[in-house]
Amino acid sequence: MRVYLDNNSTTPISDEVKKEIVSAMDVYGNPSSLHQFGVEARNIVEKARLRIAQALGCDNQEIIFTGGGTESDNLAVRGYLKTTSKKHIITSAIEHHAVYNMFNELEKEGYRVSRIGVDKNGILDIEQLKEHLSEETAIVSIMLANNETGAVQPIAEVVSAVKSIYPHIIVHTDAVQAFGKMKFKVKDLGVDLLSVSAHKINGPKGVGALYVRKGVKIKHLVSGGHHERNIRPGTENVAGIAGFGLAAELSVSGIDRNNGQLEKLKIKFIKGIRESIDNITVNGDPEKTLSNTVNVSFNNVEGESVIMMLDMHGIAVSTGSACTSGSLEPSHVLKAMGADPVSSQGSIRFSMGKYTTEDEIDYLLEKLPSVIERLRKMSPLERESK
Amino acid sequence: MEQYSSKVMEHFTSPKNVGEIENPSGVGHVGNPVCGDIMELYIKVDDKEVVTDAKFKTFGCGAAIATSSMVTEMIIGKTVDEAEKVSNRAVTEALGGLPKVKMHCSVLAEEALKKAIDDYRERSKDEKNNKDNKG
Ligand SMILES: Cc1ncc(COP(=O)(O)O)c(C=O)c1O
Repeated sequence: MRVYLDNNSTTPISDEVKKEIVSAMDVYGNPSSLHQFGVEARNIVEKARLRIAQALGCDNQEIIFTGGGTESDNLAVRGYLKTTSKKHIITSAIEHHAVYNMFNELEKEGYRVSRIGVDKNGILDIEQLKEHLSEETAIVSIMLANNETGAVQPIAEVVSAVKSIYPHIIVHTDAVQAFGKMKFKVKDLGVDLLSVSAHKINGPKGVGALYVRKGVKIKHLVSGGHHERNIRPGTENVAGIAGFGLAAELSVSGIDRNNGQLEKLKIKFIKGIRESIDNITVNGDPEKTLSNTVNVSFNNVEGESVIMMLDMHGIAVSTGSACTSGSLEPSHVLKAMGADPVSSQGSIRFSMGKYTTEDEIDYLLEKLPSVIERLRKMSPLERESK
Repeated sequence: MEQYSSKVMEHFTSPKNVGEIENPSGVGHVGNPVCGDIMELYIKVDDKEVVTDAKFKTFGCGAAIATSSMVTEMIIGKTVDEAEKVSNRAVTEALGGLPKVKMHCSVLAEEALKKAIDDYRERSKDEKNNKDNKG
């Protein structure tokens, strides 16, 4: 049996989306060309833009297509910073590397960075955020849902905390994990900029979008032609964009059905491992995390060895984020939550998707206890903790 | 990420010599949980200075487990002096190579071995002194 439980890394492309992409590939005109070939391609791009705008609850003119979530994040923050001389920027301690590393680099480039902490469940400390706001603050970038724990952040409250005192500070949110997994409308959140990515919602890789609220000015990061309102030059990835448009529509229209199923599986899984494996920590409050994500620390074993053993049973999971596996540093997210090092070394992220079945969770629950037991028998920490 | 060799996978899936030795001749304990790997290496040495048994316990990634297993295999049957010459390079080679980011695991295995041998020498010195004192 092959069981894919790494949907926060990426998702399988759905059949409907695949068809949409393949048929868009036959339309080879350049969307910027004036002839019929160009117009056909332009129509595909604009149809997708409308679909994404509807899924996000905004105007289609507020959507800029990009090359993915990472690019959207960079375009949002750096693109805005190019328009202001203010030098203070705020983020959280739990961002995805796309934002986390960008802020580290901005700091080296001379910006003053405030990194707001989280509580033990991985939820942002709004009071701390308020203390850091100032006249000099240019932008606040806080993610909507965390990729490692699924913890959902209070972005609407962030926006009102910021805007009630400093209406001119720009608020960006990385909604790459939240989009299609929880219900939200950009207008209700009140953010100025919001990033999404296609491959997390059963769409193609290498396509994303940035919502730019009407009236907010950002500048391009690469130079080129007049595509995407001069903000993102380069001929559009027409087929990818077509796939993204449909994937967005499908994920938002199916959200209640999917989440109902995922919530059931999540409860079953957490109950199952609590009964069959001792000395574990579920990271984050399951009530405040995405329906698809469960992050668990199996104390006294190390995450990568768990991944490898599960992989031999055909089960795909990950530690923290895809970027973290392969690097030697423990997760900055769990660290920010105050987890002790041994427990974060043994953390595993199980992220389900719309194709996850109950049989697959049963199979996981059957294999996981013996994997953990085997590794614990090898672990010198196991004896010490007894 | 770079792939593990089939030899690494073999030692990870069926590690040799997992466990502890009762009344060991020497123990080497290295690493800490913050850096992510802890190895414990136990050796049993007979009066001809031959390593007759070796066992390990490891908290760490696949490479850490595989290098621990390999190092125990490589030293059993060797004299202490020969065992001491088993380097992290030799362990890595025997495993058919390791991904770059995992090279530190083989260094850790070498350190564990050196510490176990040091511990053995300390203990036998003490024993000898005890005997001498008695005699
Ligand atoms: C929260 C978050 N932001 C950004 C990204 C990057 O998106 P992409 O892979 O499309 O560049 C990811 C996915 O890896 C993510 O989980």
